[in-house]
Amino acid sequence: MKIQYIQRTRDYYRAQGFEQDYSWAENTATPFQPLLKPLADCVVTLVTTAVTEPEIPKPSRAAKRYRFDDTPAAFDTSELSWDKTTTHTRDRGSYFPMEILRDMVSQGTIGALADHYHFVPTEYSQANTLNKDAPAIVKACIQDNVDVAILIPL
Amino acid sequence: MTARTLEQNGISTIVIGSAWDILERCGTPRVLYNDLPLGNPMGKPFDLQMQTKTMQYALQLLTEASEPATILESPFQWQSSSAWKQHFMEIKPEMRDTLRQMGEENRSQRAHNRAQGLVRK
Repeated sequence: MKIQYIQRTRDYYRAQGFEQDYSWAENTATPFQPLLKPLADCVVTLVTTAVTEPEIPKPSRAAKRYRFDDTPAAFDTSELSWDKTTTHTRDRGSYFPMEILRDMVSQGTIGALADHYHFVPTEYSQANTLNKDAPAIVKACIQDNVDVAILIPL
Repeated sequence: MTARTLEQNGISTIVIGSAWDILERCGTPRVLYNDLPLGNPMGKPFDLQMQTKTMQYALQLLTEASEPATILESPFQWQSSSAWKQHFMEIKPEMRDTLRQMGEENRSQRAHNRAQGLVRK
């Protein structure tokens, strides 16, 4: 039985006294870009919701790219909504699989890792995601000649 | 939503995640679904074998999916028991006052942020 996160979130915030339910994004049509070349020739990147710069206040955080070579040993995940009763995020690889991708590059499974990975904030405002963060990530990916983006929200 | 925008601009995507209902509702181009607690979408902490396999499934989906909104479910389980699924955002009767208070603090923090101009530019 899969967890019904939408209903659970609704109930949780109602219990906190919020009168208006969050309206999750809903789309019937879905865009689709087929892979145009072999995986072994593709440049791959990661998009994460884990925070690289916790010193930036949460309400001001925007999409940003960082060099894979500068990946922190531990991201800040404290403000994200994950199951803090059941698990932990002390293993970076459980949500940011950079080492696995590097191994796959060495083995020739994928072409290359891009120069940068991307942070996307978990935004209450869908307009900010659609009009600011997503276009910023597209632009940065194009600059890095990215073919494939793997998005791993916590 | 970010995945959708990337696809619209010619970049293929895979989302690896554990919130099936949210990803399905949003219209996500390709999803590798892991039925694990939020926080470890790649696999159990320090289980490199599971995490590697998750990536292999994701790449398989990337190369094999032929239509939008394709969701591939991995065979992984967190535990043989599904008792853990009760914990996230669980509401127990004795928590009512605490939750109310959390809500008050949340609203107060948001008002404070607005007053301080802590908003997206």
